[in-house]
Amino acid sequence: MAKDVIKLSGKRKSTFKDMVMGLLPDGGNLNACLTCGACCSGCPATGFDGMDPRKFLRMAALGMDEAIKESRWPWFCTMCTRCVHVCPMEINIPQLVFNARKLTPRDQVPKGILGSCDMALSKPTNSAMGCSQEDFEFVVGDILDEIKEEYPIWEERNLVAPIDKKGAEFFINQNSREPMIEPEEMGPLWKILNLAGVDWTYGSVGWAAENYCMFMADDDGWKELTQRSAQKCDELGCKTFLNTE
Amino acid sequence: MYNLYARWIREGRLKPDSSWNNDLKIKFTVQDPCQIVRKTFGDPAAEDMRLVVKACVGEENFIDMSPNRSNNFCCGGGGGFLQSGFKEERLMYGKTKDEQIQATKAPYCVTGCHNCHAQIHELGEHFGGGYHAVHAWTILGLALGILGESERVHLGEDLQEVNLPESDG
Repeated sequence: MAKDVIKLSGKRKSTFKDMVMGLLPDGGNLNACLTCGACCSGCPATGFDGMDPRKFLRMAALGMDEAIKESRWPWFCTMCTRCVHVCPMEINIPQLVFNARKLTPRDQVPKGILGSCDMALSKPTNSAMGCSQEDFEFVVGDILDEIKEEYPIWEERNLVAPIDKKGAEFFINQNSREPMIEPEEMGPLWKILNLAGVDWTYGSVGWAAENYCMFMADDDGWKELTQRSAQKCDELGCKTFLNTE
Repeated sequence: MYNLYARWIREGRLKPDSSWNNDLKIKFTVQDPCQIVRKTFGDPAAEDMRLVVKACVGEENFIDMSPNRSNNFCCGGGGGFLQSGFKEERLMYGKTKDEQIQATKAPYCVTGCHNCHAQIHELGEHFGGGYHAVHAWTILGLALGILGESERVHLGEDLQEVNLPESDG
């Protein structure tokens, strides 16, 4: 036996881990780690900054809250949940990571993520790339015209890309990358929906699919963006909210 | 959305035809998106994706990565990684995925998620694998014979003129 052991001093105080356990069903099983390491062996982020999922969890269990707060590792973990999938105790390490992201002061959040979240919040479209409704409508109309011009069959088949169509079955959202960078990528989906006889619509509000506020663990921002889309969907009386993914 | 593509194919509302690939025998693999498969719908969604891809490219031209479905590795494009500025770490993370894809020897990887698409496209260039990342709608459009010339940006040279619809021009 080693002579030197880590001594956990004094009374047990409330820690970051306890706080997260209070948020999760069954406490996320965060006290159930067998230290087997299955999580680490299947995690592509193992070793980054000398960290891995098991080490991160053990640090939380030991109350090393400052070290957790200062670690960049929560931004390297994609919260893919493969560690939970292989864990014999189903420990919710990704939720520990998600909440660790909340410990990062807003001005120290990776700039790209913060910028994308703030941009989406500033646009009724929810576009993290700043696409305005005017631009979206223009691009959609433009691509639709181009398709019909090049392939007149789509005029006959009545290809559509409606915005705010009341009572449509599906309210479809679209990643901003399409209208902003690769608008020609929207056409195949419209054609597929046409062939399948699907009644669908985009929304003039909240059509953008990405949600970077979620990634930065900004619960209020995440909720705001999601609510905008959901409310528009409800307002139009659409039955199903559909992500293109 | 793959569950819907799969349903519409089962119901006969979409009729993809894989015969364009009978002689070409171009191989395709699939990236199971963590968000859709492991985190949300489970393996049935992975099966739906495979049904769609196999219907489009031919069963014998589909090659699975290993591991796959709920056990698949994240590509490194998720969780905001693409916008976090940690490019070096993101590509290092993606090495696991790159090795999985290269092991299939498939020149095409169907990516069911935008983050996967962007990340895998970059991995193919960065690590020199040269494989293409394609959206599901691209491969479905190809097999339905509705994929126009300008809608083939993510397809390689070999598929630029395959199954092109008749144009006015």
